[in-house]
Amino acid sequence: MQWGSWAEFWAMGGYGLYVWGSFAVTLLCMAGEMVSLISTERAARKHDGEKA
Amino acid sequence: MMPWFLAASLLLSIVGLYVAFFVAPTDFQQGESYRIIFIHVPAAWMSMFIYLVMAGWAGAGLVFNTRLSGMMARALAPTGAMFTFLALWTGALWGKPTWGTWWVWDARLTSELILLFLYIGFLSLTAAIEDERRADRAGAVLALVGVVNIPIIYFSVVWWNTLHQGASVSLKSAPKMATTMLIGMLLMALAFWMYSIAAALLRVRSIIREREPRAAAEV
Repeated sequence: MQWGSWAEFWAMGGYGLYVWGSFAVTLLCMAGEMVSLISTERAARKHDGEKA
Repeated sequence: MMPWFLAASLLLSIVGLYVAFFVAPTDFQQGESYRIIFIHVPAAWMSMFIYLVMAGWAGAGLVFNTRLSGMMARALAPTGAMFTFLALWTGALWGKPTWGTWWVWDARLTSELILLFLYIGFLSLTAAIEDERRADRAGAVLALVGVVNIPIIYFSVVWWNTLHQGASVSLKSAPKMATTMLIGMLLMALAFWMYSIAAALLRVRSIIREREPRAAAEV
């Protein structure tokens, strides 16, 4: 473990904005795409179920 | 099959992030800012790899005139575009503290930006043509022409004098980084890979459902 405290972890040696800005946007994009794909899939399944 | 790829991606991300933040040491030159590498490089790899796979499907569609090929190509494009954007975004956030600038017009950055335009061009072209089969063919031609850009991106740091550093990992030589850093990066790359497969499978399913409602029940 190389971080003395959580505060130090979040600070990322002064690069917090850059490091977390990268990871947060990546997470948002990937999670957003997946949620949208899965909800489309669910809606289509429900629609198919109603037709059948 | 799709849930398995998604689960694998989640698991690999968790282990990869743990290695990235708690095992890999601080870089002696760049301090903690280098940790962006754990998503920057995998995103950049995926942006190029997905393009190659997309162009491969597109080309197969042109040659064999198979219907699924065009659908696969179109299922891959949005995810590829997203990873291209992420490579550029994380690159900007890494460039600012390391180079002192968000952006330079060097060969690596410019060719990666062109890749984003190729994806956007493919997506808008295929969306603009109403006849799906014609849209597939037009998109395939664009995708295939754009393939020349991939080696340009990959070798740009060798061919030109770029601000962007050369490759830290290559097939020919030993990696120029600590083993734990490399492991973290490879885990994240695998996670992104599994994610891309899951996303493409989900999207192709909805494209099939849209175009061939009867076949969709069997996927």
